[in-house]
Amino acid sequence: MLRKFLDRIKPHFEEGGRLQAFHSLFDGFETFLYVPNKTSKVGVSIHDAIDSKRIMSIVVIALLPALLFGMYNLGYQNYAAAGVTGTFFEMFLYGFALTLPKIIVSYGVGLGIEFVVAQWKKEEIQEGFLVSGILIPMIVPVNCPLWMLALAVAFAVIFAKEIYGGTGMNIFNPALVARAFLFFAYPTSMSGDQVWVAGEKFLGLGNDLGADALTQATPLGQAASNVDITASVSDMFVGLIPGSIGETSFIAIAVGAVILLYTRVASWKTMLSVFVGGALVGLLFNSLGLESNAVANMPWHVHLITGGFAFGAVFMATDPVTSARTEQGKYIYGFLIGALAITIRVLNPGYPEGMMLAILFMNMFAPLIDYCFVQSNINRRLKRVQK
Amino acid sequence: MERLYKIKKGLDLKLKGEAQLQVESLGLSGVYALLPSDFHGVTPKMVVKEGEEVLVGSPIFVDKATEKIKFVSPVSGKVKAVVRGDRRKLLAILVEADKELKHVQHDVQGWAEWNAEQALELLLQSGLFAFMKQRPYDVVAMPTQMPKSIFVSTFSKMPLAADFSFVVKGKEDYFKAGVSLLAKLAKVHVGISPEQINTPILPLKDAEVSVFDGPNPSGNVGVHINHIDPINKDEVVWVMASEMVVKVGMLLATGKVDFTKVVALAGSEMAAPQYCEVIAGAPLKDVLAGQVSNEEHVRIINGNPLVGCKDTLAGYLSATVSEVCAIPEGDNVHEMLGWIAPRLKDFSTSRSYFSWLMGSNKEYDLDCRIKGGQRHMIMSGEYDKVFPMDIYAGYLVKAIITGDIDKQEQLGIYEVAPEDFAVAEFVDSSKLELQRIVREGLDILRKENS
Repeated sequence: MLRKFLDRIKPHFEEGGRLQAFHSLFDGFETFLYVPNKTSKVGVSIHDAIDSKRIMSIVVIALLPALLFGMYNLGYQNYAAAGVTGTFFEMFLYGFALTLPKIIVSYGVGLGIEFVVAQWKKEEIQEGFLVSGILIPMIVPVNCPLWMLALAVAFAVIFAKEIYGGTGMNIFNPALVARAFLFFAYPTSMSGDQVWVAGEKFLGLGNDLGADALTQATPLGQAASNVDITASVSDMFVGLIPGSIGETSFIAIAVGAVILLYTRVASWKTMLSVFVGGALVGLLFNSLGLESNAVANMPWHVHLITGGFAFGAVFMATDPVTSARTEQGKYIYGFLIGALAITIRVLNPGYPEGMMLAILFMNMFAPLIDYCFVQSNINRRLKRVQK
Repeated sequence: MERLYKIKKGLDLKLKGEAQLQVESLGLSGVYALLPSDFHGVTPKMVVKEGEEVLVGSPIFVDKATEKIKFVSPVSGKVKAVVRGDRRKLLAILVEADKELKHVQHDVQGWAEWNAEQALELLLQSGLFAFMKQRPYDVVAMPTQMPKSIFVSTFSKMPLAADFSFVVKGKEDYFKAGVSLLAKLAKVHVGISPEQINTPILPLKDAEVSVFDGPNPSGNVGVHINHIDPINKDEVVWVMASEMVVKVGMLLATGKVDFTKVVALAGSEMAAPQYCEVIAGAPLKDVLAGQVSNEEHVRIINGNPLVGCKDTLAGYLSATVSEVCAIPEGDNVHEMLGWIAPRLKDFSTSRSYFSWLMGSNKEYDLDCRIKGGQRHMIMSGEYDKVFPMDIYAGYLVKAIITGDIDKQEQLGIYEVAPEDFAVAEFVDSSKLELQRIVREGLDILRKENS
């Protein structure tokens, strides 16, 4: 029945139809509902069932545990700060109500731009933004205003993706560019100790917090200002700490990592190397005995479970487009991300979020890493001639 | 002792409708076609006119560049029509077949004592040289530049491909003689599969035999060349299909060229998948009589589903293929929410599906849907997993897309043919037409270098 309906309205969206301007929108929805039954004309007659829609969907599914936990944690932090006990559902719904508008804005703005560009370039909609669109709300603080988010999404989609030619051609991870944009354009809304806990009632849920109760620093923020970390390691591991919406829970992120690694959508080489790089450099700083620097003395395993390190390692560093593309290059790329992230954290207390900068920095150098490995293949070929 | 090469990268795929090991002989058809599209890289120049009488082995057209390579008629009879397309491009030459075939007779006395020049002359005169291909460029070989070596592969791991061990049964001596003649031109490397070690196609006294053990495309000569004797710039390697080597041997034994071939009729849409004995260029509607009755929603492939060409019942059997396949077209399938559904009947190398749990013996009935939109290259390392050569396939494809000829040369474009990218094209989640891209890249490069 749905098929018949689609077939009936389809002519309107084709070239010359009344709704031609919405062709890419229609096409996007049609291919979302039904596998396109376009058959091959040249080359192989049969194709693997995998396509980029499926791959992106897997990543979104892998993000869900962290997202759902993040929603709960928003409520938990609010109730804990207010000193009120709430039920699980109260806390979850509160977080859900706060997060949903962010997701809607992110997808609305991002997909809107994608649809316009696709229509303009007469291309199919690319599904890359399915992932970026959910990543962005997960890596901002809860108190980030919606208009800021919309601005950041628009900036990232246009200047980090579309001007390069769309999904598959971009150099920097669009979600991280959105976050970096916010971080540098509106630093007070992105860091400090006022942004991590929602402090207002929303739709009758949650509690109004006073200025004191609202002040909640992340563990990394505390360490960076040489204050004792209040959260226990087990809280950090579970994720019941203040932080960006989706990146607090190591456990939820680990579930996502299992999904990505099992389906082989993400490269285990990159993921593992980030953790190894982070752990080794963490150990190195531990052993240096820098008395005055609390971050340097944070145990290496605490480094790995705080401040978006795990989230970046699992969901950002493994982005196939912006990471190294050669298999050996992935080890180096991942290792340097982990190492740099910890180094930035320790050496520059102004940027406790080293992970974002580390990944963006390595995005830039991924082609160079690949170049070295590809060049060695080329040199082998040249040597063969000389022999 | 043969040297063994273990190939790890690649992908074996079982499709429904593999040909039963039995041969049905087809009678003579009324009309046969010689198809210039079988001989890539050649500009044809006609040497007969419509209405002229020809024998089996009479030249129909020659290549315009050297006029040495002859493309000969598969049957004797009258040239019925010369079919041309846009801009007078030669599409087919149709020959009305005699009731009894008459052959051109070649002098093959004492061939065992011949030198390279005599051997080459026989191949050129008989028309069998047209089936010699060269790397680089994957085009019909040029007799003006002798190769450093000649490669023959005796097996194919492509899905539904014909089994050469079966096709060659009873003609092993022809194969051996054919190899011996080729060995007069250059060093011959024969690549066999492990199952062929104890079969009568061995021993081959004039060739170096290597065993290639691994998944598709381990039967591709391109893979053999890359492992044994990779091509460098300005070097040329020749390649001949094993069944054409048999034809060379038959020519040496009888003095006649015979274009009768045993092809596999395979695929889930064939009524009775089996082998059939037929002359190259036969109309597909005769070849597939009783096998495919309704063409609607069925794809007929001249060749196998990975490297064959889409065709119709109005087409003709290509002289270079060893199988004809019929599989579902899939243009009438509406599959809902495929991006999330489990799709147990479908095959995928991705673990987001479950086919990896089904074991490698499960047979799939795949249709011709692309099953996704074309995208820029997103995932990394997809091609390399099924590309068993010391070449960065993804980077090479990018260099071809961007037209960077220096990079293409550096990355090893001279060593590859479109067919080597077939498995990569199958698994590609970005659905790029890799074989077309590589073909066009090779053609442009050949023009630039000539």
